[in-house]
Amino acid sequence: MDSLVAQLQMQYRNYVLSLYQQGFLDDQFTELKSLQDDGSPDFVSEVLSLFFDDCVKLVGNMARALDQTGTVDFSQVGASVHQLKGSSSSVGAKRVKGLCINFKELCEAKNYEGCVRCLQQVDIEYKTLKAKLQDMFNLEKQIVQAGGIVPQVDIK
Amino acid sequence: MGMAAEPQFHVLAVDDSLFDRKLIERLLQKASCQVTTVDSGYKALEFLGLREGVESNDPDAVSTSPEIHQEVEVNLIITDYCMPGMTGYDLLKKVKESSAFKNMPVVIMSSENVPARISRCLEEGAEEFFLKPVRLADLNKLKPLMMKTKLKKQKLEEIEKTSKDENGTVAAVEPEVKILPLQSELEPKQVHLQVVQEEQTLSSNKRKSMEEGLSTDRSRPRFEGITTAV
Repeated sequence: MDSLVAQLQMQYRNYVLSLYQQGFLDDQFTELKSLQDDGSPDFVSEVLSLFFDDCVKLVGNMARALDQTGTVDFSQVGASVHQLKGSSSSVGAKRVKGLCINFKELCEAKNYEGCVRCLQQVDIEYKTLKAKLQDMFNLEKQIVQAGGIVPQVDIK
Repeated sequence: MGMAAEPQFHVLAVDDSLFDRKLIERLLQKASCQVTTVDSGYKALEFLGLREGVESNDPDAVSTSPEIHQEVEVNLIITDYCMPGMTGYDLLKKVKESSAFKNMPVVIMSSENVPARISRCLEEGAEEFFLKPVRLADLNKLKPLMMKTKLKKQKLEEIEKTSKDENGTVAAVEPEVKILPLQSELEPKQVHLQVVQEEQTLSSNKRKSMEEGLSTDRSRPRFEGITTAV
């Protein structure tokens, strides 16, 4: 039993480290984790849930705004990008945030092709992150079920 | 529920984004504060017992509904800048223009680092301007301020009681808290703002420059050099 927990914990640690190393997460995510405690044990997953709901909604808005036959209202696209940039920044979703920064410039330049491409990337990126985090939560569950404690992963 | 020996501060957090409200609420709880969140400036004013257009522009209006004022004990307002309808700046103005809440500390949050915006808010009387994402360390910085405001309020209430009996010498009795006519409250703030603005032009990092500008004041009484505080 002990070695199973130890194995899972090691797997978990490596996985989380890889998420940071590959740029999926940044230290704002670490900050969020530090806000979770016994009083609010599901804080991180609740916040992430809200974030991904936001992603769906905002990507939808952007897609609709870009799908206009005729003149595209780039300020409308930009407004959704701004919101997504804010929430991705607050959640530590580093890659999504980075894409939003590019996206914002493309909106300001009224670069239609660029915006469409960027939107596709945003869509892929948030879904990828969602899947990765789901895997992370699953590992946490497995550790707890095996009788262990989820380790604090030291990012430095 | 709270086992902390420190006093409970009640913070009113205003943000139109559900996501951001959840975040700020957790941060404030983690900082051992009682939190009320609202999703607009209008709701914030309602919560404070100030209704738009009724109180703030009427110089003859007595501090509105003193019963409401006392029931709603808020020690700090923290608000997002970009909100539809009433912005955080508009809310700040309304609060500072009110007779009931002009001394209420107001903190503005924004995801954008716009120097003109920051100056504008500080000039209007905002205590602090935080860039999002706000962190626990930022909120912990606010505690001395909330404590001071809370104590000051208590002292003012005590003084008001005793000054009904005697005149003049009351201010000298309590050296820890400066009880001054409200006019001179403005002056120290003006000079303080100049310090902050100078530091801002020197440093491109707004949050850092504000930390530098304000944290030095934290370690000394806020209005040192202007009045003889402790």
